[in-house]
Amino acid sequence: MRHIISVQLENASGALSRVAGLFSARGFNIESLTVATTNDPTLSRMTIVSVGDDNIIEQIVKQLNKLIDVVKVTDLTATEHIERELLLVKLAVNNDSQSKVESQLDLYDAKIIDASEEVYTVELAGKSQKINDFINAFNADEVLEVSRTGVTGVCQK
Amino acid sequence: MKLNGAQILVDCLKSEGVKHIFGYPGGAVLHIYDALNACTVIDHILVRHEQGAVHAADGYARVSGKCGVSLVTSGPGLTNAVTGIATAYSDSIPMVVISGQVPSAVIGSDAFQEVDAVGITRSCVKHNFLVKSADDIAETVKKAFYIATTGRPGPVLIDITKDATIAEVEYEGYPEAIEMRSYQPEVKVSAEQIAKAISIIETSKKPIIYSGGGSVIGNASQALRKLTRNTGFPITQTLMGLGAYPATDKQSLGMLGMHGTYESNNAMHDSDCIIAVGARFDDRITGNLEKFCPYAKIIHIDIDPSSVGKVVGVDVSIIGQVNEVLNALILGLEAKKLPNIDAWWKQINDWRLVDSMAYKTKQGVIKPQTVIETLYEVTNGDAIVTSDVGQHQMWAAQYYPFDKPRRWINSGGLGTMGFGLPAAMGAKLADPDLDVACVTGDGSIQMMLQELSTMLQYHTPVKIININNGYLGMVRQWQEFFYDKRYSMSYMDALPDFVKLAESYGHIGIRVEKEEDLKPALIEAFKQKDRTVFIDIVTDPTENVFPMIPSGAGHHEMLLAGRDDMASTNDSGLNLV
Ligand SMILES: Cc1ncc(C[n+]2csc(CCOP(=O)(O)OP(=O)(O)O)c2C)c(N)n1
Ligand SMILES: [Mg+2]
Repeated sequence: MRHIISVQLENASGALSRVAGLFSARGFNIESLTVATTNDPTLSRMTIVSVGDDNIIEQIVKQLNKLIDVVKVTDLTATEHIERELLLVKLAVNNDSQSKVESQLDLYDAKIIDASEEVYTVELAGKSQKINDFINAFNADEVLEVSRTGVTGVCQK
Repeated sequence: MKLNGAQILVDCLKSEGVKHIFGYPGGAVLHIYDALNACTVIDHILVRHEQGAVHAADGYARVSGKCGVSLVTSGPGLTNAVTGIATAYSDSIPMVVISGQVPSAVIGSDAFQEVDAVGITRSCVKHNFLVKSADDIAETVKKAFYIATTGRPGPVLIDITKDATIAEVEYEGYPEAIEMRSYQPEVKVSAEQIAKAISIIETSKKPIIYSGGGSVIGNASQALRKLTRNTGFPITQTLMGLGAYPATDKQSLGMLGMHGTYESNNAMHDSDCIIAVGARFDDRITGNLEKFCPYAKIIHIDIDPSSVGKVVGVDVSIIGQVNEVLNALILGLEAKKLPNIDAWWKQINDWRLVDSMAYKTKQGVIKPQTVIETLYEVTNGDAIVTSDVGQHQMWAAQYYPFDKPRRWINSGGLGTMGFGLPAAMGAKLADPDLDVACVTGDGSIQMMLQELSTMLQYHTPVKIININNGYLGMVRQWQEFFYDKRYSMSYMDALPDFVKLAESYGHIGIRVEKEEDLKPALIEAFKQKDRTVFIDIVTDPTENVFPMIPSGAGHHEMLLAGRDDMASTNDSGLNLV
């Protein structure tokens, strides 16, 4: 199952590589990983999406907790939570496709942040599934470049 | 008070109570060496190779229970130390390793003797630090010792840039205490889990205590004895746990696992209640997981939550200091009626009759098992025994029954050949009053031989028992069993004359070729209280370690000595090799 694991850790040099190293050394998989400092500048929050059965996720959580720099680990998937991911995508447009593209953008509430005659650069935030659906709504030759941030999330309570 | 970083570091180590540092100098640590030179309370042992420094600090820590300390220079100094660090990490040994680093201004520029020490060691330390400012040294040292010695212990590396050791800053003294919001090793033992464990124990018919290295490292020997005696349960111990419970006691079934006793492994297999104490279900213990302890409810006591459920699913886990958990369990069981296990003991005693440790002697050759038995006799079972890795290690574990913890010092987790000799040096420094024997092999001893020189310089008299079988015996055994006797690179041609070698290092060398000379030679060697004696003993080159659970088999499918239906192993078993 897919799990979103939120890790609060000391904003110390090398903290990111400890987490990344742990995943590769123990053969855990990472679908995405985001990290940035929090409102407390001495703390970073890392959000990791990983896929594994319950035993593997349990080990991931325990091994993360064991890292000396880690302050708190939460498996967001186990609680009510909100997850979001940001997409930047370049879409090819021409006279024929323009109206179709624009109606898709409206449908998904995506925003054009840069436009030239042939290319729209579009921003969309949402759950990963929504972003997948959005990208799939276009033909392969219309999608020129995709950049996704990976998931970040918070507990609802 | 204004001090330079190196002086601060040395003051911190002094304040931490460090008495011995094992190290080797180089450019990046010259300031530290200069400061050490001015310090009279810390003895520095100049090894001959950094791996030896770390193993010696490790042996020192294992015997004394204190934190081992080692000091190496940047680049090759650090990389030489890595095997030692990984060895200590695998066996959860408290240790602080200090390495020099190039000046902070040139980090990342591929400077002379620069390696990314923090990166290289990340996966084999409990934690590591890069210190680039003299201002950070005191707090970092405090944290390093705190982390290394609390919770599940382990090695901590402090990598210090040269400029940080040179800079003069205001020093306010070594911090008294340290708080770390991200590291809280204290855990309260859960009464609820204790109660759950007790209800399993109460209703069991075939209970067994399975104790590991955590009982030794966690100083839980007393509590373990009390629990075992109060309950009357049988106890088996892992390679790392030997000595926590006296091996000569009647409730002890001996070691378990790949080369464990018949009674231990069969009791594990048939048990309905396993109390795992500071043990981690290592693959050399469990064998084939699908066949592991099919009938047992498992209670797992460990300081490290990540050990629980990692390999084997358990029914009740109790997280905490092994000692505290055992005491809580003892208390909880006092009011309870314990199960009658007479039938279980009868079964176990029947297994004992198989006498799985029996071996056949042969006219004209010395059996390695006899060497260890004689060593036991000559030292009255009261020596510290360090070991290298191979067949001799297993024989030492099997034929020297340890009655006290911290007497059996070996690299169980990583299995590092070369560990034995420097560890013996560290052991002798930790407890100069005890006899120290290093049981080694013709292969292993040659991996850290140079430390013979250090041992002369620092007067650490130990007795080296070289089980000289002319082979990388453990490799040869596996090739005999599992590779149709295709002996690829397991023969040791051109061995040195170990007697002359020992003599050239200023020690005594004795060669033993006949069994009748064995005991007198050992007696003579141990009489030489102040000398290191190298006893090179020519043993049966074809002897194998038995009993054995071939990889892929279950605990009830052991191979015993002297049987012709030799090992068969399946493909999944070979994968485990
Ligand atoms: C550093 C290292 N390299 C290789 C091995 C693999 N290995 C395990 S036992 C062994 C043979 C050891 O030979 P020796 O020291 O003569 O002991 P014996 O088995 O003959 O008693 C080898 C090569 C190891 N454990 N450590
Ligand atoms: Mg050998």
